[in-house]
Amino acid sequence: MGLTITEKIIASKARVKNVSPGQIHDVPVDIAYIHDNNGPIALQQFSRLPKAKVWDPDKVYFVLDHHSPSTTFRAAQHHRNIRDFAKQYGCHLIDVGRGVSHSVMAEDGVPRPGKILVGTDSHSVGLGTFGCLSTGIGSTEMASVLATGKIWLKVPETVKVVLEGKMPFGIGAKDVALLILKHFGPCFLNYMAIEFTGPLLDSLTIEERMTITIMGLEMGVKNALMPVDEKLLTKLGTTRDNEEIITADSDARYISEVHFDVSNLQPMLATPGLPTNGTDVSKAEGTEIQQATLGSCSGAFYHDLEQAARILAGRKVHPGVRFVIVPNSSRVILEAASTGIIQTLMEAGAIISSPSCGTCAGYEVGCLASGEVCISTTTRNMDGRMGAGGKIYLASAYTVAASAVAGHITDPRILLGGEVDA
Amino acid sequence: MPKNNTENRLVTWSHLWKVGDNISTDHILPSRFMTQVEPYELAANCMAGCVPQFSSRILQGDVLAAGENLGYGSSREQAPQALKYAGVSAVIAKSFARIFYRNCFNVGIPAIVCPAFVEESSEGDLIEVNLEVGLIYNETLGKSYEFTKPPEFMLTYIKLGGLIPYLEEQMSKA
Ligand code: SF4
Repeated sequence: MGLTITEKIIASKARVKNVSPGQIHDVPVDIAYIHDNNGPIALQQFSRLPKAKVWDPDKVYFVLDHHSPSTTFRAAQHHRNIRDFAKQYGCHLIDVGRGVSHSVMAEDGVPRPGKILVGTDSHSVGLGTFGCLSTGIGSTEMASVLATGKIWLKVPETVKVVLEGKMPFGIGAKDVALLILKHFGPCFLNYMAIEFTGPLLDSLTIEERMTITIMGLEMGVKNALMPVDEKLLTKLGTTRDNEEIITADSDARYISEVHFDVSNLQPMLATPGLPTNGTDVSKAEGTEIQQATLGSCSGAFYHDLEQAARILAGRKVHPGVRFVIVPNSSRVILEAASTGIIQTLMEAGAIISSPSCGTCAGYEVGCLASGEVCISTTTRNMDGRMGAGGKIYLASAYTVAASAVAGHITDPRILLGGEVDA
Repeated sequence: MPKNNTENRLVTWSHLWKVGDNISTDHILPSRFMTQVEPYELAANCMAGCVPQFSSRILQGDVLAAGENLGYGSSREQAPQALKYAGVSAVIAKSFARIFYRNCFNVGIPAIVCPAFVEESSEGDLIEVNLEVGLIYNETLGKSYEFTKPPEFMLTYIKLGGLIPYLEEQMSKA
């Protein structure tokens, strides 16, 4: 019986020929990355190990992204402690202003095929887009990784998800993600690995692929992987010969295989409460909103700003709506500035905030008052995520921008000048 | 009520608290508290997103039972830490989100999967959790429930109080 990509990565790192789901293996970590939300406790726990040193500072990245630039006095002190620690041990530091850890790590080409990455963030699964095993861990476990460079992993079952069809007009990668989430629900894939494949991937950019893998976490996955292709190698500025490219065996065992054809996909929404509450946008058409948001590691790439700009060009944000845009990296802002997109968005009345997690979890940017409704490209819509009593609908950048113009939730395809075949 | 033996962290007597499915780390410790790191702060805001005044009503050693997917959402370890510092001695659920599950053991709280117990027990029941043998006894119902014991090394985490004391021990041996 052959192995899946995830199984092969664990086997190769654990230096064993074969692995099977359920086994526990100790593996060395290739990259560890830590953000300012969970970093303070990781450092606190690390300091309880009197003899400990950082196992390999060159493999450790600190990213200050959640409360960035320092949003409170308390956050400023945490940032200072993290900077001091990174300097003391010679670890990499990505300071405030660069953006969300996952986006920045991807831009900097840190995740490489075949590697094992751990981050103190659940959405670390998104870096599996680079053909590696990337997963989230807690602060105490990160303290242990910092000291030992190792972690135990249980070999997960792998689900194969095959994406097919052609992206329809007015549909974004976030719609595809919400479709998959709706199918599996919030815990069906707990502890499992997803291997994404299929012809649709060829038509998606690396960032669009990340939108999908990052959202995979909301189904409980341990890791989400995409196979390495030429597009990815080009993005990394490398060739096959220089990377550890791992492919699935032709007789690999998957616990299940699910196909999604996106050709007839309608714009999607996740209704408040869970990201897996997927439904067609038509089901909530007309719901009044007070805020619209482009944000997060999964929903504020250049393509998201570009989609929003296509809707907003020559139009105005509805007077009853705050349209808050928190790009996920400074490079996104620079690129959008050079193509005129920032101008289009701001002329329409959108607010551009500094690159960070920001509004995604109401980190002192774009919070909601009780009773307010927001439509957002961010990752989560659990109760209270952007402020107690606020309600969050998740959608693509097209749908968010169109709703910002209308003042209520609406199908973006009309404003894009298309037909709606609802 | 029988006394808890503080020497043996693997057996606890307590009252039960009960919550539903998909209780996320956002419910257990909302993100607005995320710059807090001190035990007393985390304890004070425990369950702020779903159980009013939890921290002032819980008794030291109580157990939290939940439906499917307890700890859904972010990797924030502040959630199980808040439970620990508020006084929760074990969490029992129909199923767990994986990072939360690991975090619980890493901070020294046993996370137990036992759907039948959760299904049949009610808030306020008096229960005994025995990790050593893999048994929960609900005294109110007069009924026992078996569960699959976690691997030995994870039980050692609980005995010692978490991953850090375990590592300390390993490092001092090395
Ligand atoms: S943007 Fe949101 S989901 Fe992504 S890392 Fe930040 S808080 Fe987490």
